Amino acid sequence: MAESGHRVGARSVRTFIGRLAFYLFIVFVTAYFFLPMLWLVVAPFDAVPTLDVRVPELTLDNFTDVLFRNPHALRSLGNSVLLAVTTMLLVVAVATPAAYALSRVHIPGRDLLLYILLLFSSVVTGTAAMVPLFALIFNLGLIDTYVGVVLVLAGGLLPAAIFILKDFTDSTPTSYEESARVFGANSFQILRDTVLPLIRPGLAVIAVWVMVNVWSNFLMPFILLRSQDLSPAAVVMYTFYTEAGQPNLRLLATFSLLYSVPVVVMYLFVNRRYGFRFYGGIKR
Amino acid sequence: MAFVTPAFVLIGIFLIFPALWTIYLGLTNYRLTGLEAAQPQFVGLDNYVEVLTDPRFHNSLWVTVIFVIGSAIFGQAVLGFLLAWAMRDWQSRMRRVVESLVIVAWIIPSSVVAFLWIAFLDGRSGTLNAMIGSEVEWLISQPLLSIIVFNIWRGAAFSMLLFGAALSSLPPSYLETSRLAGASTWQQLRDIVLPSIRGHILTTLLLISLWTFNDFTPYLITGGGPRNMTELLPIYVFREALGTFQFGYGSAISTILLAINLAVALVYLRLLRDRAA
Repeated sequence: MAESGHRVGARSVRTFIGRLAFYLFIVFVTAYFFLPMLWLVVAPFDAVPTLDVRVPELTLDNFTDVLFRNPHALRSLGNSVLLAVTTMLLVVAVATPAAYALSRVHIPGRDLLLYILLLFSSVVTGTAAMVPLFALIFNLGLIDTYVGVVLVLAGGLLPAAIFILKDFTDSTPTSYEESARVFGANSFQILRDTVLPLIRPGLAVIAVWVMVNVWSNFLMPFILLRSQDLSPAAVVMYTFYTEAGQPNLRLLATFSLLYSVPVVVMYLFVNRRYGFRFYGGIKR
Repeated sequence: MAFVTPAFVLIGIFLIFPALWTIYLGLTNYRLTGLEAAQPQFVGLDNYVEVLTDPRFHNSLWVTVIFVIGSAIFGQAVLGFLLAWAMRDWQSRMRRVVESLVIVAWIIPSSVVAFLWIAFLDGRSGTLNAMIGSEVEWLISQPLLSIIVFNIWRGAAFSMLLFGAALSSLPPSYLETSRLAGASTWQQLRDIVLPSIRGHILTTLLLISLWTFNDFTPYLITGGGPRNMTELLPIYVFREALGTFQFGYGSAISTILLAINLAVALVYLRLLRDRAA
């Protein structure tokens, strides 16, 4: 009796310590993730923002007086939209027929090829290949043009886009296509009229995913563009705090917020509708 | 065939070709301007010898190894797993809040998070110092530790999400049975959970190691300094190649980076295949 009572006591102590450890962990994690982010939420609305977080003197003047009057800030956001949309259109236009063809045609080694390309794209895009990419764009005479940036970004994003889209296409029935073929539709008509409507969710995922990637990408526009007028928000944001002199915190705070909100919204959209089914997806 | 051509042309020119071309360029004294631009000379392995004997490269490699092991393998993977494990049957509104915070840290653009961390760690008026009442210049006195803590914050979400998915695919009866048999939490983890999600663990480690290895965001925070203490390999190659325009030399570094990436990927794939076999 005494023995088992002792054991029950020990177990409830253990449960208690477990609960305590759990809550301490949650408090610690919440603080760790929230505190650095707090500035982004508070400083834009503070009349006199500082680097640390404190109770703000609430105002919207930072947006109206500082941000909206800064020509670089607004233009760079427009540039980011332009880059993101152009790259998205190119990737979707090129990846869709490729994914469809690869889904329907059975060539030996197809899956291996796709897998290698996918792995390759996660390795080659970005920093490890920045030297040859820069040299290539330089030799094509495309430095300081959007064409260069868009082509490089699209090349890196395509394998994953094809991979995800092929997944969607694989799960659509082929019977519609067969009947369309019987009625004499050519491959292009079949793709446009029977396949596209079926894989529309996949197209939405790819579109948002590409735009999020391009919107956030810093390195490629940083090395491939020269003039500030062409720079997207990622690069302009960086120049705001690395330029000589005291950084303009009112500008930085509002700009950071305005630049971050679209990605969060786009992520929430994809996540709500399609969940985390394409992990490795949203980033890169 | 016409359907796949545009995609493969783009992939070929902007993905495959640069990777192969850099191997060739690394064997020459190619520069963007001047005589060597028109007629690059073949210099054999000179560039590679020069890179591999450069103390700055050694420093950079070492910094990168510590950064990847510290922030990706130990940091992100362990914290991500703990988060997924701790919250696996937590029925509370707070769970969504915590998860959202971790995910938002992962998705906001890198130029923004870089500045958030510069502000957070600032010596005179950063939030961290304001809280603990000190004036430590974290980015100067502890630069490598700072970017490691930063990168754990930045990337834990991916591991949390992937491990969360893996844990929820475990049949609950496994854990139930072992708990009735009197297994402690640690025994459950060691004998049941970790072996059953081994594939997920390897996939996570592969991806986060590669991403961390190639991450350029620390450049936006420290610029590689002070005194090259945070000069990761991507920062080293950026400064060496695009700072001086010695593209032969830079290409040699690029080739070495690609080779390291490939080696890391192959090791993990090998481990994954052993599991399947």
